Amino acid sequence: MFDLTGRTALVTGATGGIGGAIARALHGQGATVAISGTRAEALQQLADELGERVHVLPANLKDAASVDALPGQAEAALGGLDVLVHNAGITRDNLFLRMKDEEWADVIQVNLTAGFRLYRAALKGMMKRRRGRLIGITSVVGVTGNPGQGNYAASKAGLIGMSKSLAAEVASRGITVNCIAPGFIESPMTDALNEKQKEASLAHIPLGRFGQGAEVAAAAVYLASDEAAYVTGHTLQVNGGIAMV
Amino acid sequence: MSDIAERVKKIVVEHLGVDAEKVTENASFIDDLGADSLDTVELVMAFEEEFGVEIPDDAAETILTVGDATKFLEKNAAQA
Ligand SMILES: NC(=O)c1ccc[n+]([C@@H]2O[C@H](COP(=O)([O-])OP(=O)(O)OC[C@H]3O[C@@H](n4cnc5c(N)ncnc54)[C@H](OP(=O)(O)O)[C@@H]3O)[C@@H](O)[C@H]2O)c1
Repeated sequence: MFDLTGRTALVTGATGGIGGAIARALHGQGATVAISGTRAEALQQLADELGERVHVLPANLKDAASVDALPGQAEAALGGLDVLVHNAGITRDNLFLRMKDEEWADVIQVNLTAGFRLYRAALKGMMKRRRGRLIGITSVVGVTGNPGQGNYAASKAGLIGMSKSLAAEVASRGITVNCIAPGFIESPMTDALNEKQKEASLAHIPLGRFGQGAEVAAAAVYLASDEAAYVTGHTLQVNGGIAMV
Repeated sequence: MSDIAERVKKIVVEHLGVDAEKVTENASFIDDLGADSLDTVELVMAFEEEFGVEIPDDAAETILTVGDATKFLEKNAAQA
């Protein structure tokens, strides 16, 4: 089950905690992967670790032309594109009253608009091949909201709504569009919390711990696989029970 | 048949997987050739690629038959 041998996948934000785990997991199931991010050195490090079946494609997702070009570059490098995981994401937290236009725009641009552009460019080939998997990494916050994250929550909720609409449009072409919504995942961000903050967060998580990047990656492997062919327009919550939606 | 008409026909046959003899000038993509709305978008994109033109949405909406496509492209195609 969940064999991805011979499949090709592009992962954005592969230099990050969760994106790296997703690239490793897809690769581990046999896929050939293209990994993207802005830090070329970190990408190369991951590529060296994975060894074969990996291509490094640095791109800045704030630059529209780079975003538009990325799926085509992946297709050329991989010889096709079966799976696209838009995982890159940023936060620029601020209370709504204090939020700058720039903080709003940056977050929408990387988290949502880049997703729109990547999906649009990747779809052409997927429609022709009658096969494709589009997977967006959203967040539990996109469903529940979170004070200080009006911009981030909007971008993540936007990704969910976009995915559902697109899922209906392209279902007849064998293309599925889904999201994964992580809760608290161990990362440099959660490491930075002090003990008291950690305890306060953990009190709301029924499973009593933060999640691992690998646990988000496992959901991506599933959604990328043939076994998930009948799942589309869905958002898979990987959140330890913090929000049961 | 003009060169453009022939190329249009070839694209339609390829994309919709229909018999060439069904692809007549008056054949409607949706009513006669079984296309859905996504097929028509794919066809328009294929015409754009083949003929090196951009077909704006309002023009695309008026392209309902094989003949409509040929006429539009005869008027607007880069390489006639
Ligand atoms: N960690 C959590 O608890 C959590 C919870 C819910 C949802 N998420 C979501 O999961 C995803 C991954 O998060 P993470 O925790 O792994 O964060 P992370 O370690 O900070 O990784 C973020 C990734 O996004 C990339 N990125 C940021 N700006 C970019 C830009 N302009 N162009 C190209 N790439 C850009 C980064 O690449 P470079 O560094 O190379 O620029 C990096 O690889 C995000 O979408 C996040 O919103 C995370």
